[in-house]
Amino acid sequence: MTTNDHRYFGQYGGQFIPELLMPAVTEVADAFHHYQHDAAFQAELKDLFINYANRPSLLYHAKNMSADLGGAQIYLKREDLNHTGAHKINNVLGQALIAKKMGKTRLIAETGAGQHGVATATAAALFDMECEIFMGKEDTDRQALNVYRMEMLGAKVNAVTTGTQVLKDAVNATFQDWTKRIDDTFYVLGSAVGPYPFPEMVKYFQSVISAEAREQFLYQTGRLPDAVLACVGGGSNAIGSFANFIDDSEVKLIGVEAAGKGVDTNQTAATMTRGSVGIFHGMKSQFLQSSDGQIDPVYSISAGLDYPGVGPEHAYLRDLDRAQYVPITDDEAVAAFDYIAQQEGIIAAIESSHAIAYAMKLAPTMRPDQQIMVTLSGRGDKDVAAIARYKGVDLHE
Amino acid sequence: MPSLTATLQAKEKFIAFTVVGDPDLDHTVEYVVAMAQAGADVVELGIAFSDPSADGPTILSADQRALDNGITTEQVFATVARIRQQTDVPLVFLTYTNIVFKYGYAEFLAQMQAHDVQGLILPDMPIEEQTAFLPLAQQYGRDLIQLVTSKSYDRLPAILQNASGFVYVVSSLGITGTRQTLSNEANEIIAQIRQYSDIPVGVGFGISQVEHARQFPTANAIIVGSAIVKIIAEHPYDATPYLTQFITAMKEAQHAQS
Ligand SMILES: Cc1ncc(COP(=O)(O)O)c(C=O)c1O
Repeated sequence: MTTNDHRYFGQYGGQFIPELLMPAVTEVADAFHHYQHDAAFQAELKDLFINYANRPSLLYHAKNMSADLGGAQIYLKREDLNHTGAHKINNVLGQALIAKKMGKTRLIAETGAGQHGVATATAAALFDMECEIFMGKEDTDRQALNVYRMEMLGAKVNAVTTGTQVLKDAVNATFQDWTKRIDDTFYVLGSAVGPYPFPEMVKYFQSVISAEAREQFLYQTGRLPDAVLACVGGGSNAIGSFANFIDDSEVKLIGVEAAGKGVDTNQTAATMTRGSVGIFHGMKSQFLQSSDGQIDPVYSISAGLDYPGVGPEHAYLRDLDRAQYVPITDDEAVAAFDYIAQQEGIIAAIESSHAIAYAMKLAPTMRPDQQIMVTLSGRGDKDVAAIARYKGVDLHE
Repeated sequence: MPSLTATLQAKEKFIAFTVVGDPDLDHTVEYVVAMAQAGADVVELGIAFSDPSADGPTILSADQRALDNGITTEQVFATVARIRQQTDVPLVFLTYTNIVFKYGYAEFLAQMQAHDVQGLILPDMPIEEQTAFLPLAQQYGRDLIQLVTSKSYDRLPAILQNASGFVYVVSSLGITGTRQTLSNEANEIIAQIRQYSDIPVGVGFGISQVEHARQFPTANAIIVGSAIVKIIAEHPYDATPYLTQFITAMKEAQHAQS
């Protein structure tokens, strides 16, 4: 519970998991810390990043948006251009490679929007491993295309029908599956959440985003960005976008969370705005919950941000006043989805559109010689049908 | 009131589990009293959690029914007070860490002391996370029940160091729920525990049939959860005779083993 416990970020983090999982999680932590310092592993991962995942991702100066908004220059970190279409692949390749080296033969994962499931199914196919994905029934309905995609890649997709049938229930189901098959199975956790070492490990693999962006900014503009914006579900693309700027106190770090129908409604996923300290999914962090500690059902148009908690390091960065977290509603995100499509010719994921929406508010308050980085965490092809439904448009294939 | 350790010192003891508020608080009182009368040596009271990660669908559904009834932690304590007017059967709570954390560790333990609930099982608080809680539990004289699985052997000395009351041996990998057949692994786990400690041992997870009751002769107690929850789910408002019959049969099977 103290800051000198390496499993904690301040008061947040820890390992609140069943005794049955402790040996499994400890084995993962040991392997991660070993391969972190293993040159051959690093070389293999780098090769996969460059030659398989299409890294480095572009840092693109969105000139049309910047001019239209009439304030700071907006730069998009194009994680949408990665293989499988989102930042999720960075973390998945890292974890799957560790799993392979540990001699595991089966990967399991939760997924919300389906992006992490697709990335995990992809790595399993590449590494010739068995793969099972757990996805809330509600999400299998709203992201049917991604379900089919995972199946094409050879994964088995389990629709989770317990609880609220969304991301948090998928996480529960994946942990439960792990307790039944620890020996041959590795749980590829998809965000910077869960018990230690997952928040640290996911950050480590996602930090490639800000490692590249820092160099790209210095090369392209001669200086660092004034603000870094990323959407926050569990917080993996955000912590990866922040990581290499945390020590640069002049760079503002802003996480954008999903307000759903509004932070004052019960249909929200704005954990930082509305949550309180709790213990769930193996970690002490901020959660949307009742005063008795029951985890709230959450809502967002975005399946990937529809999560009642947040990674422990984000809670810590906010306590330190190092990062700030702001809510964006469904309506604002959908407007941003349309805006960036029309201004820049980019169909962005509805998750990433939350970050774009905040950039649209922030940029006009800044000077044209200032610059904002927005992490475009994924591409929006998966969301086109849902956006049409949201607008009441009837699509027929 | 005898301690859990004293209560479970002999063999062939029976620990019965039910979720407070399933189907409602009045029936919880009735069923706990009935189970004690039928021979349950300890009753484990589940405080419902929205996301019970160690539990299978049977107990998850019971938790959901209780939460749908709007059960609060405060109401659970009030219900224990009613139970205490009718029976002095030793009680332990089973819930998840967040419920206790939100109530306040010390405040929760004080309520346990006031209502004479001797022990607490928190399936998501492994020894690594007990440093804040355990000294408080000791201060209030409450037992934090430790869980042990077949994967815990390297960790046994550390786990047993924190153990009091009894040790909960998880009979099979995975989550709670009734199973047709159970492996004998728990007997091996108990043998491992006995190398270090004489603390009473209860075996649970999956025990649901009279054959299972005979399967763990070295255990001090068997712990039955999902099978009891199922009876209450099938007969929500008139479960008493079914519970009595079940527990009587299980206890007879336990005695028949020796
Ligand atoms: C494109 C995209 N962005 C963001 C997220 C949110 O996850 P995180 O907060 O871990 O980056 C998801 C999750 O599914 C996603 O698919």
